[in-house]
Amino acid sequence: MLYALKIASRYLTASKAQTALLVLGVAVGVFIFIFMSALIGGLAEFILSRTAGDISHITIEAKATDPALLLGRLPGQTLLVQEKSGRAQATLPTALSFLPLIEAVPHVIAVSPQVNGSGTLRRGTQTTPVSVIGVEPGRESDIINLQSYLIEGTSRLTAGTILMGQSQIDDLSLFLGQTVKLEAPGGTVANLTLTGIYKIGTGGQNTRTVYINIATARTLFALPQGVTRIEIKLDDLNNADAIATEISALTGLNAESWTIKAAQLKEALRAQAQTGYFLKTFAMITIIIGVASALLLSTYRRRPEIGIMRAMGASRKFVVFVFVTQGALIGVLGGLSGAGLGYLALLPFPRRDAFHAGTLPIDITQGSYGLAIILTVIGAILASIWPARSAARVDPVTAIGQ
Amino acid sequence: MTELLEVRNLVKTFGSGDTETRVLRGLDLTLGTNELAALLGPSGSGKSTLLTILGTLMHPTSGSHTMLGHDLTQATDAELTEFRNLHIGFVFQFHNLLPDFTALENVIFPTAIREGRETAASRARGRELLQRMGLADRVDFPAPKLSGGQKQRVAVARALMNSPQLVLADEPTGNLDRASAVQVMDLIGQINREEGTTFLISTHDEKIAATCRRQIVVGDGLVTG
Repeated sequence: MLYALKIASRYLTASKAQTALLVLGVAVGVFIFIFMSALIGGLAEFILSRTAGDISHITIEAKATDPALLLGRLPGQTLLVQEKSGRAQATLPTALSFLPLIEAVPHVIAVSPQVNGSGTLRRGTQTTPVSVIGVEPGRESDIINLQSYLIEGTSRLTAGTILMGQSQIDDLSLFLGQTVKLEAPGGTVANLTLTGIYKIGTGGQNTRTVYINIATARTLFALPQGVTRIEIKLDDLNNADAIATEISALTGLNAESWTIKAAQLKEALRAQAQTGYFLKTFAMITIIIGVASALLLSTYRRRPEIGIMRAMGASRKFVVFVFVTQGALIGVLGGLSGAGLGYLALLPFPRRDAFHAGTLPIDITQGSYGLAIILTVIGAILASIWPARSAARVDPVTAIGQ
Repeated sequence: MTELLEVRNLVKTFGSGDTETRVLRGLDLTLGTNELAALLGPSGSGKSTLLTILGTLMHPTSGSHTMLGHDLTQATDAELTEFRNLHIGFVFQFHNLLPDFTALENVIFPTAIREGRETAASRARGRELLQRMGLADRVDFPAPKLSGGQKQRVAVARALMNSPQLVLADEPTGNLDRASAVQVMDLIGQINREEGTTFLISTHDEKIAATCRRQIVVGDGLVTG
């Protein structure tokens, strides 16, 4: 209906100031929508990169086996043959053979086989319990980017070296190059030279975890072959659930996504996303109410003209089409200008890969520009239906007499 | 002269119960092709209501209304709208042009809404009509910038755009000075003679009525003369 489009355009251009205000109102709503999308998306990205970004996205660990049970003499009586111990290590004796297979899975960017356990650091009379991670040389920064958190020394772990957190260094009054004893629960002791000091934002990690060479860890924990854990990093941690399932199916090993252990983080991000949906919905409702009220006013003001159109033979459908087209045009104009404004306003913010503490993590790439424009046009069309139907119901006799 | 329209026993009431007002009380009227008729009567006699019903803008309460062989009392709103667009033109007392459109755009409006767009043919027809109305130099003038007489002549041109068989004019000169009124009536008379279009003109003005070949007097909801 080209002619309805012409009339709708003419009505909009006839009241330029009013149309400009209306389009501006819609554009502001779209701007808020885009700004909120970029903020919520950027914030989620920032939180994830600062938390889950430095953890293993998929972890393969052996299932801890329960102690065997024996039937007792009395009915229903059972006997434990071994006490379940938290120190007992479950190992993955054949896991290393699966490494090439896991590395070939799409989206996997790093695989780090590890021998982990607990131990006690001793220096003189001072002792401190630590969590020990034995990693292969060259893979130290594959999962957590140790190199980026290094404040002194090197992250490269050779046999007989140890990488410790700043807090541990302070507690034990150590300096780079000094020696420290690391004792395993089995009583094995390794003399290790401090070659690197790291500092991670999370204090617990600085206090509890030390990194050593995997060969040293094998000796310490008496594990000549196999590993205790395989950590896997992905290019997109949001794919972790699906890829964990895929790896489990491929290898038969127990691959677990980070989302299982970080359910609370995921829940928090979901809540944050829902907050964003609410805000964006409110922005859309504002747009719809604005367009509906402006068009309703327009239909009231143009009642005599609508009456003339009907008298000249314009059908009710034609009248509806004129006003719905007006709504669509307002939606297109407001959507495009709001999206343009939003993009320009977001340009000064740093890109997602340059987020750092102290900046507002707004991600310009998550502005949902297309979605904002489409929803605005749909919203404006929906908003115009009521005024358009009201216009179509105008009685030409009464309207012409006004 | 062949029959163009006929209404029989036309009744129109407004309101109900104690407030019911019967405006038309069983009115009969026949109009033929090529008629130039004046509709006379005092205020409240039912002239405007009759024009509104004849223009298919309102259904009668009862009675029959046929035009060009169509029973319009049974027609749906969509059918009446299409019929009105094709066969009936209107000229109102206050011209009622679309203010955001030019003179030409106003004239071609009835054709454009039927065809869904403005065509070269409709523009040519519109220009020709405006030329006949003596408005060749006002074609692209915005409607609000035209004088009262010019607006009314544009309204006449618009009423003729689809070459309707019937043009209903409600006090077409009521808002014009004498010179403009004479000019508009001359044009109506000329078109009636040249194109055979039937005009039914509601007026209080005896001089205007005298320029018409037939005078129909309405009183108390009936044709009285």
